[in-house]
Amino acid sequence: MSALRGSTGAAGGATTDRPDQPDRPALVLRGLAKSFVDVQAVDGVDLEVRQGEFVTLLGPSGSGKTTTLRMIAGFTRQSAGTIEIDGVDMTHVPPHRRDVGMIFQNYALFPHLTAAQNIAFPLEMRRATRSEIKRRVAEALALVKLEGLGSRYPRQLSGGQQQRIAFARAVVFHPRLLLMDEPLGALDKKLREALQLEVMHISRQLGATVIYVTHDQEEALVMSDRIAIFSRGRIEQLGRGEDLYDRPVSLFVADFIGESNILRGRFERDGEGGWLARGNLRWRVAAAQEDRAALSDGSAAAIVVRPERLRIVGLNDPAVAAPGVNAVEASVRDALYLGSIRKYELMLPDGQAATVRRQVGGGEREWQSGDRVGLIWAVNDAVLVADPNG
Amino acid sequence: MRQLRPVNARSGRRSREGPIVNRWALLAILPIAFLGAFFLVPLVVVSLRSVTDFAKPTGDAFANYGRFFASAANLRVLGNTFWVATLSTVVCLALGYPYAYLMNIVRPRVAGLLLIAVLLPFWSSLLVRTYAWQVILRDTGIINTFLLDSKVVDEPIPLIRTTLGVMLGMSQILLPFMVLPIYAVMRRIDPEYTKAAANLGAPPFAAFRRVFLPLSLPGVLAGTLLVFVLALGFYITPALLGSPKDTMISQFIASAVQQRLDWGIGSTMAVILMGLTFAVLVIASRFIRLRDAFGSLEES
Ligand SMILES: Nc1ncnc2c1ncn2[C@@H]1O[C@H](COP(=O)(O)OP(=O)(O)O)[C@@H](O)[C@H]1O
Ligand SMILES: [Mg+2]
Repeated sequence: MSALRGSTGAAGGATTDRPDQPDRPALVLRGLAKSFVDVQAVDGVDLEVRQGEFVTLLGPSGSGKTTTLRMIAGFTRQSAGTIEIDGVDMTHVPPHRRDVGMIFQNYALFPHLTAAQNIAFPLEMRRATRSEIKRRVAEALALVKLEGLGSRYPRQLSGGQQQRIAFARAVVFHPRLLLMDEPLGALDKKLREALQLEVMHISRQLGATVIYVTHDQEEALVMSDRIAIFSRGRIEQLGRGEDLYDRPVSLFVADFIGESNILRGRFERDGEGGWLARGNLRWRVAAAQEDRAALSDGSAAAIVVRPERLRIVGLNDPAVAAPGVNAVEASVRDALYLGSIRKYELMLPDGQAATVRRQVGGGEREWQSGDRVGLIWAVNDAVLVADPNG
Repeated sequence: MRQLRPVNARSGRRSREGPIVNRWALLAILPIAFLGAFFLVPLVVVSLRSVTDFAKPTGDAFANYGRFFASAANLRVLGNTFWVATLSTVVCLALGYPYAYLMNIVRPRVAGLLLIAVLLPFWSSLLVRTYAWQVILRDTGIINTFLLDSKVVDEPIPLIRTTLGVMLGMSQILLPFMVLPIYAVMRRIDPEYTKAAANLGAPPFAAFRRVFLPLSLPGVLAGTLLVFVLALGFYITPALLGSPKDTMISQFIASAVQQRLDWGIGSTMAVILMGLTFAVLVIASRFIRLRDAFGSLEES
C-alpha cells in the first residue's frame, strides 16, 4: 500500500478512494455522442466502470477513442448524452474541477518546470501545504522509480522517463479517474512492454480507476480488466479479453482481436440445426452460437475459428468424419517453423485461406508445402457472426 | 541541424570530418559586401572622427567625449532618451501582449485580419504617420476640436508638444515590433499545456499565470528588447510631436552635424548612443538568447 493515498486514503489494494459508497460506479457514460461539423466522432457510447477497474478503449484510428476521453476530461463538450463521475453529472463542471488525471499522448509536461515542479503543480492548485507537497512529490517520484531526477527539466529526460513523470503528475493528487491516451505510443517496443506492466501494477497498487486508450490489441489484452472495442464512434463489444477472443459478437471484433480464420458463406437452417454453406461446402454451427447470433435463414454470415483451434489431419483420417467436428479439404501452401510453434498457411477448395498454429513437440505429424490434407475443428470452437459485407 | 554538403568532397577523410563551407553560402557574399561597404565602413569612419575631428585644436584624443559629458544639457537629453524609450516600451508591452494573446486565440481568419491591422502602419511612411498624429493631437486638431465643440473643456488640452504625444506616436510605430515576436512565441506554445494545467486543477487564470505566461516570456523579452533598442534611436517623432524638453539624442546628433557642422561631437554622440545600445544588448543577452529576439525562434 502506497502512502500516496494520503490522509484520506483507504486501506487495502484495489479498493476505492471513496469508501463511503464502494458499489457506486466510478464512471457512467450514457448515450454519449459528439458530432463535429462533418463527422459523427462518437455516436452513442454507454459504459459503466467500477471503482478500481482498468478499462481499455481499443479500436482503429479515428474510431472516437480520443474524443470520448476528452469529453470525460471536459476538454470537449458532448453533443448528447451524460457523463457521471462518482455519481455526479459532469455536464456543467469545467475541466479544472473534474478531479480527473490525464496522461496526454505527448505527455504535456510543462517545459519550464522541473520534474518535481511538474508533479507539485496539481498539489499547489489544491493548496496543499509546502511540507505536504514536498513529501508527496518525493513519494510520487519513488513510485515511478525516478527518485534522483526531480530537479531535471523535461527536455533532460528520456521518453520513458518523461512518461513516468507524466504518470506521477497525474496520480499524485489521487484523481477520481485516471485517463491515458496512448501513453506508450511514442516509445519503442521493448520499453513499451516493460512500461505496460509497470503502469498496470502501479495503477492496481493505487487502486486507481483507469480509462486507457490504445489501438494496440496486445497492449489492451495485457493490461485491462475489461476492453471496449470501438468502431465508428460506437462500442462494438465490451468484455474481458477472453470474452472478446473466444466470443466475438461481430466480424469486426473477431478480426481486430487476435488472429482469426474467417470462413464466409450463408447461414442456413434445416431439421438438424444450423449450417454455414458456401457452394457445395457445409459446416455445422453449434446450437448456442445459432441462438446468440440470431441470424435469419439465408443471410450472409461467417464462422470464426482461431488458428490454434484448427487441426490438420490426413485426408483419410477417421477424425474427419467424427461427430461434432467440421472438416474441409485443403492444400498446404506454406509450412513455417517459428520456434515454439509451427504455422501453416492453407488454401481451401473455394480459394479461401486459413492459418493453423500448432505447438511444436506435441508429437503431431509435420506437414509439407503441397500436401493435400483435411482441416478440422470442433463445432463448439467456431463462432458464428453476421457478415456485413456479404 | 541539417548536414551541409562539403564543397570539396574529393578526399573521403575531409568529407567525413564535415563540411568546410556550403556552396550556397557563397550567395551571402553579396549582402556581406553590402553591409561592409555601407554599414561597417561608415561606422569606422564615425568612430574615428569622434577622436580626430575637433572644433578647437587639442592634444587630447578624447576631448570630444570630455566635452559631451561636461554638458548638463547633453546628459539630460541622454537620460531623456532612455526614459522615453523605456516609456514607449512599457506602453507597447501593455498594448502588445493582450493583442498578441487575442491573435493567438481567435480563428485563423480573424488572426490574419488582426495581423494586417498591426502591420498597417508599415504601409505609410513614418513621416506621414507622424504628421497624421499632429493633425489629431494639435490644439486645433481632431481631439481638441471635438472636446471644445462638445464643451467638455474650455481650452484646448495640451496633447502635442508633450511627452504623451511622443509616447503615442512612438508606440504606434513600434507596436508591431512588440506584437510580432510575442505572437510568434505564443503560436508555438502547444495548446495541450493549457489543457494539462486545467486537467491538473488550475482555473483559467492560474493556468495562464503559471503555464502560458512563463512559456510566452521569450517573446516578451524579444519584443521588449527590439522596441527599446529601436526607440533609443528615434528622431522624427519626438521632433514633430514633442516639446524641446522631450528632445532625444538623435535630434542632438542631427543638429550638431547639420546645423553646426560639428562632425566631431556628432560622431561622439553617435558612438556613445551605439555603445549604450550595445551595453543593453549585452545585459539582455544574459537573460535571453539574442537569436530568439531576432528571428530563428528555436524550441528547446
Ligand atoms: N476537433 C475535431 N474537429 C473535427 N473532427 C474531429 C475533431 N477531433 C476528432 N475529429 C474526428 O472524429 C473522429 C474520431 O477521432 P478520434 O476521437 O481522435 O479517434 P481515435 O482517437 O479513435 O483515433 C475522426 O474522424 C476525427 O477526424
Ligand atoms: Mg486518438
